[in-house]
Amino acid sequence: MPTDFRPADPGSVGNRPPETSGADANVVLVAKGIVKTFGNHTALNNVDLALHAGEVHALLGENGAGKSTLIKIITGAYTPDHGEISVDGVQVQFTTPQQAQSAGIGTVYQEVNLLPNMTVIDNLFIGRQPRRYGLVDRKKMAREAHRILSQYGLDIDVHAELSTFSVAVQQIIAIARAVELSGKVLILDEPTASLDRTEVEKLFEIVRRLKARGLAIVFITHFLDQVFELSDRITVLRNGRLVGSETIGDLDRTSLVRMMLGKDLAFVHAEMAADDTEPSSPLMHFRDFGRSGSVNPFDLTIHRGEVIGVAGLLGSGRTEMARLMFGIDTADQGALDIDGQKICLRAPQDAVSQGFGFCPEDRKVDGIFGDLSVRENIIIAMQAKLGWLQALNRDEQMEIAEHFIEALDIRTASDDLPVKLLSGGNQQKVILARWLATDPRFLILDEPTRGIDVGAHAEIVRMISRLREDGLALIVISSELDEIVSYSSRVVVMRDRSLVAELRGAEINPSSIVRAIAAQDAEAAE
Amino acid sequence: MNPRYRPLAATTLIFVIAYGLCILQYPGMWSTRILGNFLTDNAFLGIAAVGATFVIISGGIDLSIGAVIGLAGVVVAVLVSHLGLHPIAAFGIVLTMSALFGAAMGAVIHFLQVPPFIVTLAGMFLARGLASILSQDSIPISHPFYKTIMDLYYRLPGGGRLSAIGLLMLLVFLIGGLIAHRTRFGSYVYALGGNPTSAALMGVPTGPVTIGIYALSSLLGGLAGIVYSLYTSAGYPLAAVGIELDSIAAVVIGGTLLTGGYGFVFGTLIGVMLQGLVQTYIVFDGTLSSWWTKIAIGVLLFLFILLQQLVFSAHKAGTRLKKAAA
Repeated sequence: MPTDFRPADPGSVGNRPPETSGADANVVLVAKGIVKTFGNHTALNNVDLALHAGEVHALLGENGAGKSTLIKIITGAYTPDHGEISVDGVQVQFTTPQQAQSAGIGTVYQEVNLLPNMTVIDNLFIGRQPRRYGLVDRKKMAREAHRILSQYGLDIDVHAELSTFSVAVQQIIAIARAVELSGKVLILDEPTASLDRTEVEKLFEIVRRLKARGLAIVFITHFLDQVFELSDRITVLRNGRLVGSETIGDLDRTSLVRMMLGKDLAFVHAEMAADDTEPSSPLMHFRDFGRSGSVNPFDLTIHRGEVIGVAGLLGSGRTEMARLMFGIDTADQGALDIDGQKICLRAPQDAVSQGFGFCPEDRKVDGIFGDLSVRENIIIAMQAKLGWLQALNRDEQMEIAEHFIEALDIRTASDDLPVKLLSGGNQQKVILARWLATDPRFLILDEPTRGIDVGAHAEIVRMISRLREDGLALIVISSELDEIVSYSSRVVVMRDRSLVAELRGAEINPSSIVRAIAAQDAEAAE
Repeated sequence: MNPRYRPLAATTLIFVIAYGLCILQYPGMWSTRILGNFLTDNAFLGIAAVGATFVIISGGIDLSIGAVIGLAGVVVAVLVSHLGLHPIAAFGIVLTMSALFGAAMGAVIHFLQVPPFIVTLAGMFLARGLASILSQDSIPISHPFYKTIMDLYYRLPGGGRLSAIGLLMLLVFLIGGLIAHRTRFGSYVYALGGNPTSAALMGVPTGPVTIGIYALSSLLGGLAGIVYSLYTSAGYPLAAVGIELDSIAAVVIGGTLLTGGYGFVFGTLIGVMLQGLVQTYIVFDGTLSSWWTKIAIGVLLFLFILLQQLVFSAHKAGTRLKKAAA
């Protein structure tokens, strides 16, 4: 893979780039051969990154690709195991975020990391308030705050509490603070995730102006449109490795998606599972189902004995769709019919009583009860379905737990073991067992194979096929295209919070999925 | 009006109305004499409550205040009456000791990441136990300096007396307000109560600030103990039992949010005064049991927590509406 890695020009080392030279490619920050491991997991493996003054550099990759680890190393939150970082040609070693800040590297995090209970002034100046006679000089701060924010076209009451402003304004205040404090490199971690279109425009305008001032800007996002709209250079990470670093002109959308998902179109894909089986009777129908600000209305019929694969990049609305289907978020439009009956999902409880099950994406946080035993973890959904008056006695619990431990081949020394001591694959099976114990008719699996080893991976995939043969309806969300192709009887593709394509039969192959994700066809039509 | 001032305004309004009603029933309550006694009788509570205000704004809690007051009183009494130290020297020792005690609790809270509730609960038992080991009984203090201080007062128009300890309390409130609203330390306290992670990322030295907050709280506890010993001319190990809860009540009634991030030192003064008002009313009535004070405070506290919930949820809804309209 080509890596665009330009060493710093010796002549310009240490010089600030001239103020308005957008095209000048002075290297401000270089990270070279960065390695970071956590336990026996390698989060970053020999990754290089070079940031140029007056450039917007998009940093892309799926979940777990190593983006946030790399950012945390650059901003001093982590120290790398190997590799070096230099700013303006001088090698540096940050041990705290403050050091990175004073070396000129400012960060604005996705969840705006400001103080909602304090005024705009406090948020701009805290940690460095000007003082007069030992007391903070509020008049001077107010003047300065107005001056700073006017550069961003913001004319607001600086004495008002931050929480009274929209997320977009808070975002701008966070950027203003970071630029004031640092002024060389500005890292924007998914700044547009909760902004609407006009707010995004405004933010981009500000980013372009900062770029013209000679800042190096790192832009992390999941929205490909925005990548192409704003950035000059793209670096893609996958599984902790550098896939490539290219200027924007050298890339089209399809090759970018391919870099991110690691799919070569020449790749001979796994055999398809379900071109032969005609789906049986329809089980449920989501009609214009949606929730504003989360997932645009979608239409989906689900049959018994079918696996629907959901593909799409991170942030495309995949997980939001699953949450909506399980009643975690309530739909504010559309309707759900099950067997011709209109059903209202107000809470996960409603979904469970309809025979739904949900294995969430982040199994450690949302799935397992780490300190409870394997048995208790298996029983819990069933118990919830029964209601708390009908307690299962210990023998019944043991029997059910034993049954599933054997049926799903869960490797555990005993059913009394805390589930957090099991491997990722076995934890996933415990969660599956939990739902199977409730005798479900519809299962939603969000990234069921993430972070589990190859053997367990194959087992989970086999299990999905077996459940389908048993007549269950399943929705499986996954970033692994080969995997989706191997078990799905239909594939729906999510992009920008909308269901944009439905592929069936021979269309189910990695290359058409990649094209649907990248919207290459739509692009060509324009 | 800025919604953050609403709880404070409500407290002030309720105090004014309640005082008005009291005067209607007992016109004798409208005098500087009563006002002066208010300040004197509640001086130690007020001083302790200023410390509690900082702790609660930072999102913490300090359960050791009452015990620190008791310990400080006993130590002063032992130093003055048994060891013959001059009270001023004894005050210096006690204040230093108290501040160190609080700093130690703050250090445990910050470095070991133990919840303040547990740490200060342990601190409470420790201080109360130490006080009881020093003496089981009340130790009288009969130093002439004590008499001089307690005889000092400023005569208010109308015959009321602003005593030295009442004045000291007002001074503590004044300085407390200045620290909270006009110093870096003060803004750090609010920042910590707002979001400790953000605060740390924004360069707030969370460790020193946490230690400082609890040191300040215990320092003021020690000062309250000294005032209590002046007020009663004695040191008693079981003095001020439950005062930590009274001061928390005063802070919350004064409009400070128990979950941290919002609050005013001035509100705490009103909170203390409201409690004093209830007590005075009961004295004037003469037939009510003094336990009615507790009931009244309980009702007030409940009302204020309700009020804060309403104000803050209305505030949030308002923000959402504004965003939707934009």
